[in-house]
Amino acid sequence: MDETTKPVVAALAKGVRRAMPIVLGYVPIGFAYGVLAGKSGISDANTLLMSLIVFAGSSQFIAVGLFASGTGPAAVILTTFVVNLRHMLMAASLAPFLSGWKKRHLAWFSYELTDETFALHSASAATLSECRLEALSLNMTAQASWVAGTLLGIVASGLIGDVKPLGLDYALAAMFIGLLVGQCENRVRVITAILSGGIATLLYLAGWHQFHIIVATVAGATLGLMVEQWIKR
Amino acid sequence: MDQTLIFWTIAGMAVVTYLPRLLPTLFLSGRTLRPIIVAWLRLVPPAVLAAMLVPSLLVREEQFNLGHDNLFLWAALFAFAVAWKWKSLSATVMVGMGLVALGRYLGWGM
Repeated sequence: MDETTKPVVAALAKGVRRAMPIVLGYVPIGFAYGVLAGKSGISDANTLLMSLIVFAGSSQFIAVGLFASGTGPAAVILTTFVVNLRHMLMAASLAPFLSGWKKRHLAWFSYELTDETFALHSASAATLSECRLEALSLNMTAQASWVAGTLLGIVASGLIGDVKPLGLDYALAAMFIGLLVGQCENRVRVITAILSGGIATLLYLAGWHQFHIIVATVAGATLGLMVEQWIKR
Repeated sequence: MDQTLIFWTIAGMAVVTYLPRLLPTLFLSGRTLRPIIVAWLRLVPPAVLAAMLVPSLLVREEQFNLGHDNLFLWAALFAFAVAWKWKSLSATVMVGMGLVALGRYLGWGM
């Protein structure tokens, strides 16, 4: 290995290493998705394709449920849009730290921006502009593990009778818990989460089954910000 | 359902998922946003995670449920403790799924 490739390899390796907590979460959750999709009558190729070109865990689970209930394409696509619109806010919050990145690197980076990769990038956002390779390597490792989990799930879906005895239908919620605790580093953030979660639950009970996420997110973050400004005074 | 139709639906899902991920990085990268906007954006992750999580714990089969048979809620209390104590995503997922599986095996709830 010559002197120019060494830092490249080191950066790639560091990205892979930093992605490991995500990998440990993604393999079982991707597995659960693969099993559920197989059980819902989605072909193996389509199940895999979704993990490759959509790569957004919660919306993939939601789409499987909608396909199974015979929902039409327009409603599935609109639901996906609403559920994944939160990535716009995440991308916007990382964007100021991505100065100096080429357009094609930004295009690649944002393709693999998920709740989980965002949580890691956002925790070390200040170094993001210098650590491009490491960030891309982290993202690719995360997606590779998601695809690997999906493949395992596709294979296993023929062997597993029901996902419930294994608790696979709880994988997504458990992952959100882990990520949320990682985000709650101060009082304002805890208050924001409680407000947003409460509002989302009320809206959901009122019959808003798709838009409750985005509306509660905007309301919760806004109220949280007001609390923060009020405390500062 | 027809697999070709599912294929085109997935293609549509990919487009509407990618654009919101892409556009802000292209148009906002390297710009300095007003501090109040940055402060708001920093609160988005806890808000969005809670908005997705909390209804799935409290509403089961379309009913608000704080009862003892709501395993998702009780497993969550342990999962929160694990996440807080060990800061490990994978341990949280494993404990959560394991408790739900165990509770169902013992017939404690759904």
